[in-house]
Amino acid sequence: MAIGKEIKGKIGSIKNTQKITSAMEMVAASKMKKAQDRMLASRPYAVSMRKVIGHIAHGNLEYKHPYLEEREVKRVGFIVISTDRGLCGGLNTNEFKLVTKAVKEWQSKGVEVDFAALGAKACGFFNRFGGKVLAAESGLGEAPSASDVIGLVQVMLEQFNEGKLDKIFLVNNRFENTMSQVPEIEQLLPLPKSDDDDLKHRWDYIYEPDPKPILDTLLVRYIESQVYQGVVENAASEQAARMVAMKAATDNAGNLIDELQLVYNKARQAAITQEISEIVGGAAAV
Amino acid sequence: MAAMTTHLDVVSAEQSLFSGRVEHLQVTGSEGELGIHPGHAPLLTTLQPGMVRLVKQHGEEAHIYINGGVLEIQPGTVTVLADVAIRGEELDEQSALEAKRRAEEHIANPGSDFDYAEAAHELAQAIAQLRVIRSMRK
Repeated sequence: MAIGKEIKGKIGSIKNTQKITSAMEMVAASKMKKAQDRMLASRPYAVSMRKVIGHIAHGNLEYKHPYLEEREVKRVGFIVISTDRGLCGGLNTNEFKLVTKAVKEWQSKGVEVDFAALGAKACGFFNRFGGKVLAAESGLGEAPSASDVIGLVQVMLEQFNEGKLDKIFLVNNRFENTMSQVPEIEQLLPLPKSDDDDLKHRWDYIYEPDPKPILDTLLVRYIESQVYQGVVENAASEQAARMVAMKAATDNAGNLIDELQLVYNKARQAAITQEISEIVGGAAAV
Repeated sequence: MAAMTTHLDVVSAEQSLFSGRVEHLQVTGSEGELGIHPGHAPLLTTLQPGMVRLVKQHGEEAHIYINGGVLEIQPGTVTVLADVAIRGEELDEQSALEAKRRAEEHIANPGSDFDYAEAAHELAQAIAQLRVIRSMRK
């Protein structure tokens, strides 16, 4: 039947799309499990590290490490972690929106902004966005290793050490649960103080051997662990967001198919009715 | 003394190995062995490859091998941030012996691209692993 052909074709193509999106949903679901395990495994380290650093930031240390001192802000750096691939809903868009807003705020105060991009989407976005991209790294894959992020972190730390950057922020999507991932901006340097009130009295550590080398290693390790944690959280968020987005796409395709099927049935019925009435009309005329 | 405990966290980049109350613990600091009892003064030190021996709340002992890291002591909590950590029960004596033998061989017959510091580090790690295994047998 000529009338239904077009609609039939449309239904067929949507069914194909639906197959792809539902396959992607299942792939994302299985990857999410692994990404989540990876995130949970490294979380205790990052949390303990943050606790120790919080103590240090509060302490009355004999050696003042430059990473602990607030200085006048002329230029800030953002390390933005994004996904490498698209089709994960509004994950990257929401994150970049948040960054854009923060950048506008800094710029209105006359502060310049630099970026370091981790992930293909961030690389693309910030090259178009304007502003200087100091370092970019993409293609981390599903199992990012700590050594992948060290190079980029090193570049940013050097900029901080040379006084070219006065604050460094880390931006990534925090994995809350499968349904919600929240983009977050966190200050990496100088170190934010912990909120623990008990520690506000004057105290200092005993150091073995010297404060400087210990703090040097510890603080660099801290930054690396925070960035790495950001990367694995973002990876888990990516898979969760993709799973949800693909589920929505599959459902929408189902609805679309139902609607088109209805249109197709109506058209077919109309054609049949018309044919019958033509036959009846012809018979009556005879 | 048995009633006094302190909270201890042992974490490595990959996982959390121990979190709970201990009566005391023993670690290898960069300046030597450290024994830590509840009420220790705040301390910050780097750790050498070695053993963490801890006595849990009711006298039960546990051994963890770490290949370096940082130790922080706060009033009430002790945190060991290890680079790599392995529970004593999961260590493999054969592979540790093999690694020790290899490292010793390297040091005895240095090749052209020989890095003494690295080889010494490897040897120290292997010896530390063996030490953990031996002390568990006692």
